[in-house]
Amino acid sequence: MSDALLKAENVSEVFGGLKAVSDFNFYINPGELVGLIGPNGAGKTTAFNLFTGVYQPTTGQITFAGDSIVGLKPYQITQRGIARTFQNIRLFSELSVLDNVKIAFHSHVKYGMLEAVLRMGRYFSEEERVEEESRRLLRIFHLDGQENEKAKNLPYGAQRRLEIARALATKPKLLLLDEPAAGMNPQETKELMDMIRWIRKEFGLTILLIEHDMSLVMGICERIYVLEYGSTIAEGTPEEIKKNPEVIRAYLGGEG
Amino acid sequence: MELLQQVMQQLVNGISLGSIYALIALGYTMIYGIIKLINFAHGDIYMVGAYIGFFAITQAHLSIVPSLLISLVVTGFLGMVVERLAYKPLRHAPRISVLITAIGVSFFLEYTTMYFVSPTPRTFPAMFGDVAVNIAGIVINGQQMLILGITAVLMVVLTYIVQKTKTGKAMRAASFDTETAQLMGIDSDRIISLTFGIGSALAAVAGVLVGVYYNSIDPLMGIMPGMKAFVAAVLGGIGILPGAVVGGLILGIVEALVSGFISSTFRDAAAFAILILVLLVRPAGIFGKDTKEKV
Repeated sequence: MSDALLKAENVSEVFGGLKAVSDFNFYINPGELVGLIGPNGAGKTTAFNLFTGVYQPTTGQITFAGDSIVGLKPYQITQRGIARTFQNIRLFSELSVLDNVKIAFHSHVKYGMLEAVLRMGRYFSEEERVEEESRRLLRIFHLDGQENEKAKNLPYGAQRRLEIARALATKPKLLLLDEPAAGMNPQETKELMDMIRWIRKEFGLTILLIEHDMSLVMGICERIYVLEYGSTIAEGTPEEIKKNPEVIRAYLGGEG
Repeated sequence: MELLQQVMQQLVNGISLGSIYALIALGYTMIYGIIKLINFAHGDIYMVGAYIGFFAITQAHLSIVPSLLISLVVTGFLGMVVERLAYKPLRHAPRISVLITAIGVSFFLEYTTMYFVSPTPRTFPAMFGDVAVNIAGIVINGQQMLILGITAVLMVVLTYIVQKTKTGKAMRAASFDTETAQLMGIDSDRIISLTFGIGSALAAVAGVLVGVYYNSIDPLMGIMPGMKAFVAAVLGGIGILPGAVVGGLILGIVEALVSGFISSTFRDAAAFAILILVLLVRPAGIFGKDTKEKV
């Protein structure tokens, strides 16, 4: 556990009088695929916002690859290797599909403004590399052929895939997926599961996902955290979680 | 025939003037695009640019191109300093606070400049006075050629930066959604600072070109062109770069036609009549999309 990739210790997040997350303890080891589940308002997305620097914890410690990331700006955390997607899709909707991915390469492109304006130095080789890598990502996510389409014109499922492609372009070690299957039909969800497994292997990723679709969570996660009212009520393998009486009461019970 | 010639002549004058408005409007619209601020100090940045160009030409005895470059770099840097000191601390403040600060910065620049250079208008040395081409009776003088040439070059460079470089892509991303841009590894503070730098540099060039065109500069010269450029930006659709250029050109042409065929006293009125019309008929501007408020 000491070599966890991401670790949260006694993290609390208080908004006014509301404790969105309280005494949250969490770890994820390199290469693991972990799920975060819980009823609406349980604090799952707040946890993602804490991990990515969008929120700062009121108390507690968060470490990534051994270093504290508390106080870092979101872009600094992204550069260290955490990427995410959003529950409500947040693409750059007026920009092209290709540009959405290219933008995410930002911190991995090495040329200065002067080199670009003078059209010399590394500008061409770097732009060519980004273009190539972006197209490769789009192919993986079956978005080739739609490079020049505005992101907002893609069908819903394709927008979800584009968000994942864009997140991967930041070259993360840890990928956070916020309800990747939301709004998908069972067939699409199944394809998504295969895709998540595949990118995990192909990119050597550690993945943490929030999901309401139990078939997906139970199907691919190795370990699951269950949150309720900002606190962890259970943690374990899918088998353990399915049998946990607390979980059945809080979450699974109502839905059968 | 003579009427046609007159119209064409006024078009040339209008496009020259409009190019200047376009350069200022670009900065307005870029800054609005990224932090949703109507930067009322932008016209004064343009004025400072004109003075820097003036001193480079008269005191350092440089020719026009090096003077333009010096003014561009120094004023661009000034724009970044203003952003850092006046606007950055207010990043999470209500928009009205930032707007009032912008008005404060505007007065600060006007009267600080006045303190150092006196309120007396300065006369720009005459340049390109004897250069002119005559195409079928339509005269394009040297200053107009300078304005059109420099503006065209800057617009090509700007388009290229915004469309083809990683900085430009980061700018577009940040202006759509600053928070998501940050989560893609983009340092949005740096991008905002650069946007102020580029916008201010464009205004500086406009300032020097106006000095060359009208031969006279003074510390309050930025007020009216600042307002006009704002009208141009709104006319084209604020936040949209090609909109600022088209808006600037339309405004310049309308003003020239009104001056030439009605009376030059009405030209400012015409500019603001356009603003009122746009706000009534098409509030989002020529290139803007009408976003209906959901009820």
